Amino acid sequence: MPIDAAEKRKLQEKAVQVRRLVLQAVHKAAGGHVGGPLSMVEIALALYFKMMRVDPKNPQWPDRDRYILSKGHSCIALYAVLALRGFFPVEEVYTFDAINSRMQGHPDMTKTPGIDMASGSLGTGASPALGMALGARRLGKDFHTWLHLGDGEIQEGQVWEMAWVASYYNVDNLTAIVDYNHVQQFGFPRDANLKRRFNPITQVPEKWRAFGWNVLECDGHDFDQLIPAMEQAKATKGKPTCIVAHTIKGKGISFMENDFNWHAKVPNKEELEKSMAELDAALATI
Amino acid sequence: MGQMMELRAAWGDTLLELTKTHPNIMILDGDVGSSTMAQTVAYNNPDFYMNMGIAEQNMMGVAAGMASVGLIPWLSSFACFLANRDLDQLRVTVAQPKLSVKLAGHYSGILAGKTGKTHIDVGDMAIMRALPNMVVVAPADGIECRLATRVLTDTPGPAYLRLTRDASPVIFGEDYTFVLGKVVPLREGKDITIFGTGVQTVRALEAADLLAKEGISAHVVHVPTLKPIDVEGVVAAARKTGTVLTTEEHNIIGGLGGAIAEVLGQHCPLPMKLHGLRDCYLESGPNDALLEKYKLLPKDVVDAAWELLKTGPAAARKPEAKPKPAVKAKKAPQAPVKTSAKKKHAPPKKSAPRKRTGR
Repeated sequence: MPIDAAEKRKLQEKAVQVRRLVLQAVHKAAGGHVGGPLSMVEIALALYFKMMRVDPKNPQWPDRDRYILSKGHSCIALYAVLALRGFFPVEEVYTFDAINSRMQGHPDMTKTPGIDMASGSLGTGASPALGMALGARRLGKDFHTWLHLGDGEIQEGQVWEMAWVASYYNVDNLTAIVDYNHVQQFGFPRDANLKRRFNPITQVPEKWRAFGWNVLECDGHDFDQLIPAMEQAKATKGKPTCIVAHTIKGKGISFMENDFNWHAKVPNKEELEKSMAELDAALATI
Repeated sequence: MGQMMELRAAWGDTLLELTKTHPNIMILDGDVGSSTMAQTVAYNNPDFYMNMGIAEQNMMGVAAGMASVGLIPWLSSFACFLANRDLDQLRVTVAQPKLSVKLAGHYSGILAGKTGKTHIDVGDMAIMRALPNMVVVAPADGIECRLATRVLTDTPGPAYLRLTRDASPVIFGEDYTFVLGKVVPLREGKDITIFGTGVQTVRALEAADLLAKEGISAHVVHVPTLKPIDVEGVVAAARKTGTVLTTEEHNIIGGLGGAIAEVLGQHCPLPMKLHGLRDCYLESGPNDALLEKYKLLPKDVVDAAWELLKTGPAAARKPEAKPKPAVKAKKAPQAPVKTSAKKKHAPPKKSAPRKRTGR
């Protein structure tokens, strides 16, 4: 069922705001990733502004829902979302990667309000999400754990160790979301053009299904699809759910989309201005 | 023979006791519970036990997640896997965020039950010590293992407990108190300070007996906490004799020898020697044969002591006729260490008057 139109409009506006913050912060820091952060914006916004029970004034609230950004290199987008949600001032996002900043290059739960788990080494966020879900069950708590995976990092074996254990224990208070943008840092050529390079993993929904998970698919940039899928995932009992969210790496900036070169490239002044103009145009059409 | 005790049994029994007083404790097992004695909890209080299967990387991360929501997970696996297979997961999701995950590294050292080089880890203490925020403890016997398991459970942050497989002599009395981060003087002496850790401490005590027969008075100090190391205690014990030997069932690089050398090198440089495994991988074999071949027996500690002492004043007391190695065992002993089993942790005896033959 589609979501409320006014609510959707607000989320879409926020998505533009987050993309602006991502590109400006990376430009200022002269370092960081852009392609992955741009592909995860709607997923993180849907969770923090619609699905998750959190209290920005009390980030350590024991009963809060948990979110793990296992593709930790995309954290600048998460910082922007957390700032908009009120965990810290928006201006702080611009201190990304600076010395003594709380906006670390990869998520640090000991420094940044709202970060529930350390991540950055790919695949390592998967199992803590299962640990949180099993922990909630053990402690009799009703919080839900959301695990945000990149499609690149599901090449790591640890993800599949987690997948079978979660399904063995019938964990249903855990949802994994695969940010399926098909592009990674360097990737593999799919045809004779060696300069167009992609993720080699195929049959992603089938793999999760084979590991015993309930699998949903949706457009990872469309709130009308994302939010109902998340609601359905949360309502599914007896097994964990994986949402395969089809996304576009570099989403929203024409010259960055689907290009592996923008995995961790810093936009120069001209590229930044061009990006801002595209985002302004996008905002006008909402 | 004195009382023998398996460290793994002491660990499993203690965890079962802790499940009755610590509702937040959780035992995660890498499918080796019948070896590590995590089965004690699995059979007797199954709500506190989960088998994570043959998937250590996931197990480490699950423990991190559990700790982050308020549980105290203990991991049951072998030293060789905990220190290697899931090292990145330990580094990123446990050690860096200082989560209260407790690692029980079973089958450490060389007495790993004829398993060979893959299961004999010579570097677990070095790896664990090198991780910021990790606490590293190697108990000498079952009594100390019991106490350390309790103390580490109640101490926030990540910790590694180094355990051995086979029964070993009990050296501490029931009245012993384990203090995290403190060395434990076991025997007073004047000529050489011998630092031991884990079950090798028992062999250090035996070596001190042998040295006494040769006129050398050894000051034996047990170092259960490799990290954080007791700087004051180590320096004080070293200064007592001015000559330092370390002995360990571990590579001499990065383990006890490394830890003591780091302390003394910075705070009171002294003549010292590191005894233990000399940067090698091991092989299959019965315990006694491995101890003999890789020179970890008390007689080997004695030899190492003499090598160190031969240049100092104590060399004059070295028995003239005795060839080196000093004590050739006629046959492999039945148990790795047995004669020191009677030694309880009692106030150290006054050393017998010793003939000084000049300086």
